[in-house]
Amino acid sequence: MSNVFTLMLLRETRLMFRRPAELVNPLVFFAIVIALFPLAVGPESQLLQTLSPGLLWVAALLAVLLSLDGLFRSDFEDGSLEQWVVSPHPLVVLVLAKVLAHWLYCGLALVMLSPLLALMLGMPLDRIPTLLLSLLLGTPVLSLLGAVGAALTVGLKRGGILLALLILPLYIPVLILGSGVIQAALQGLPTTGYLLWMASLTMLTVTLAPFAIAAGLRISVGE
Amino acid sequence: MNWTWFHKLGSPKWFYEISGRWLPWLSVSAVLLIVVGAVMGLAYAPPDYQQGNSFRIIYIHVPAAFLAQSTYISLAIAGVVGLVWKMKIADVAVQQAAPIGAWMTVIALVTGAVWGKPTWGAWWVWDARLTAMLILLFLYFGIIALGHAISNRESSAKACAILAIVGVVNIPIIKYSVDWWNTLHQPATFTITEKPAMPMEMWLPLLIMTIGFYCFFAAVLLMRMRLEVLRRESRTRWAQAEVARQIGRSA
Repeated sequence: MSNVFTLMLLRETRLMFRRPAELVNPLVFFAIVIALFPLAVGPESQLLQTLSPGLLWVAALLAVLLSLDGLFRSDFEDGSLEQWVVSPHPLVVLVLAKVLAHWLYCGLALVMLSPLLALMLGMPLDRIPTLLLSLLLGTPVLSLLGAVGAALTVGLKRGGILLALLILPLYIPVLILGSGVIQAALQGLPTTGYLLWMASLTMLTVTLAPFAIAAGLRISVGE
Repeated sequence: MNWTWFHKLGSPKWFYEISGRWLPWLSVSAVLLIVVGAVMGLAYAPPDYQQGNSFRIIYIHVPAAFLAQSTYISLAIAGVVGLVWKMKIADVAVQQAAPIGAWMTVIALVTGAVWGKPTWGAWWVWDARLTAMLILLFLYFGIIALGHAISNRESSAKACAILAIVGVVNIPIIKYSVDWWNTLHQPATFTITEKPAMPMEMWLPLLIMTIGFYCFFAAVLLMRMRLEVLRRESRTRWAQAEVARQIGRSA
């Protein structure tokens, strides 16, 4: 079973690196959205610093959301998805590997880019670890919950906007907690409690979401 | 316990017959309860000592808000029943209840805004409860949109069921995180969560209205489900006979 998991992860990695542009697109999107805000609200550094936790989180969330639209699309079109469903291996494990790959090449990349953008928004250097930790705990939830929506909409012609409609309300707890942590860190408040809450949210999603994703894929393939 | 009634619900024809018998009772009690509750609440209940007469919108606001939340839970329950026992009626219920729940949420939000203007001086405040209701509305929109987007009836019902279940797991988390967000950003300037103890004359109409709203919901849901069952079963003989009978009666 773990063998299937690694094989799947390797396959995804290989596919991903054959189209490096798709790797870069969410990152560029993330950077552009962050750059839009100083242009829209003005360059005062105090204001930008206050807004920075929320801005970083909303931009990361949108970047993940955009990258999710194509998560199962090519597998659906070339028939691999059907093969997974009929294969003797548990679909839940395959799906978990698929989402893990998505998180590694989209979520983790966003996390690594975020300190640079945070510094540009005027966040103090000693608050960067909290930012990294909050994104590190939060982005897997974004990938997993988003994959539920992607699984349900994969068979549809124009699933993109529908995906956003389905998934954004479900992202709200992560958004609140994630930006709350950084807000608290900026104000010099303790953050352990928030981070533990985020970690439990992550564990809950890792445990439950794969089943929902697998069920969604079964419906989309069965149609 | 005898579970025959539950398994019988798997048959659309049986559901159509039994719901036809329930429907008049539910409709009559909904109308009666809502009329009695509204008259009692609007004319006989004493005015609030602080808010005067403006509090009377509570008799629409609170039942609608109750119903908005319990409809979502019933969506998820129907979804589980549909996925586990493969019951067609449950699939129908998921899709037909969602728009009613969305409308109830809209009613709760609009009456809340109307009530908020004289009481708090603003149509909308980012209070935890209001925000949670707004998110609930978005969750309903998601289910309705997904139901419309998938053309195959069976898979669209199943997809809606899964989304409803994911949503219902999320609702408590959303509720607590929103509560927490609110206390994080703005200290409670007012609390609507702790209601003053109501005198009996105020409380009784509210109870009657709430039960009336539930009956109304059940009646509308059954009507919508019966129509959808006829649509789905349009190939069967009993459904065609029923449609012919209905047309003959109205003509």
